[in-house]
Amino acid sequence: MAFPPEHEIYRRRFSRNLGVGLALVAFVALVFALTVVKVTKGDMMHANDAPGMLGSTQPIQPEAPKVSP
Amino acid sequence: MTDIRSFESPKEAGFGDFVQLLKPRVMSLVVFTAMVGLLVAPVRLHPVEAFTAILFIALGAGASGALNMWWDADIDVIMRRTKGRPVPSGMVEAGEALAIGLALSGISVVMLALATNVLAGALLAFTIFFYAVVYSMWLKRSTPQNIVIGGAAGAFPPMIGWVAATGSISVEAGLMFMLIFMWTPPHFWALALFMNEDYSKAGVPMLTVTHGKKVTRNHILVYTIALVPFALATAFTSIGGPVYLAVSLLLNAEFLRGAYRIWKRDEAQAEADKYKVEKAVFRFSLLYLFLHFSALLVEAVLRANGMGGW
Repeated sequence: MAFPPEHEIYRRRFSRNLGVGLALVAFVALVFALTVVKVTKGDMMHANDAPGMLGSTQPIQPEAPKVSP
Repeated sequence: MTDIRSFESPKEAGFGDFVQLLKPRVMSLVVFTAMVGLLVAPVRLHPVEAFTAILFIALGAGASGALNMWWDADIDVIMRRTKGRPVPSGMVEAGEALAIGLALSGISVVMLALATNVLAGALLAFTIFFYAVVYSMWLKRSTPQNIVIGGAAGAFPPMIGWVAATGSISVEAGLMFMLIFMWTPPHFWALALFMNEDYSKAGVPMLTVTHGKKVTRNHILVYTIALVPFALATAFTSIGGPVYLAVSLLLNAEFLRGAYRIWKRDEAQAEADKYKVEKAVFRFSLLYLFLHFSALLVEAVLRANGMGGW
């Protein structure tokens, strides 16, 4: 018994699924590549206590030597 | 028969129908102009960042195209030029177009802001809002100046490209914006002269419908004259140079000649030769914009090699 020819609707559905799948994979790859570039360049990677950053931790001042009486 | 084949004419969208929803021809122009805006900027982005920026500027433009198709489905089905689009043809439901438009708008704005800077993301968000809300929902059906003001949406991409690279707006970005902004009216009105029937049937108040073709011909000439200083001024900025100036002089002379020929003609002459001049000017206007931005790219390449500029 011969298989009936595949209806066009399956082809369309497959093309849609494949397209969405590939778009998602490409998006993940792009975000990964972008992350690698950003980390390598050091953009927005300052710790919050880096010099000049808002709210940065003040360096500890050395204590004055205690004078004995 | 319970099989899916029992339906006589199934309407199920393939991936290509969703791509059509994003207006790929408009996207190609956006990709090109945004790429030039980004590449002629004095700041170099990492290639991955540059690629991401151009991709999401294009996707943002596509998203606004999908929102436009959702909103305009009722008039798209009337016009010969647009009735084959995915929504009026029934391949994609209007609600799906809206969902895709909104989702892609959000993704493209956030990704552009993350990849480059917040100002670029904000400009892209404004562009999508301008095209979908200000142009499609408000101006398009309410004023014959729809093309003039709505043209701003198409003019933003090179500016966004520039801002993505530099983080700020400058004279150069403003002039690239003005080049497309002032080019849009004569370009679309030349089209409207020979596609008038479409707009008339759909009730879109194009200038040809509300004020007639004679007034439209006058407007084409006036706007083309107004375009010339912006096109030439770019030659004397940091992104211009002698190559751009030479190309721009030739293109503007030809565009002015075309606009003058359109202005000189009346309807009887136009109908006699089936709008030959109008069609030729419309086609030339595409070349005009493409070659202007190409010349900017050439200047950037020359500058990078120690030549070009003044």
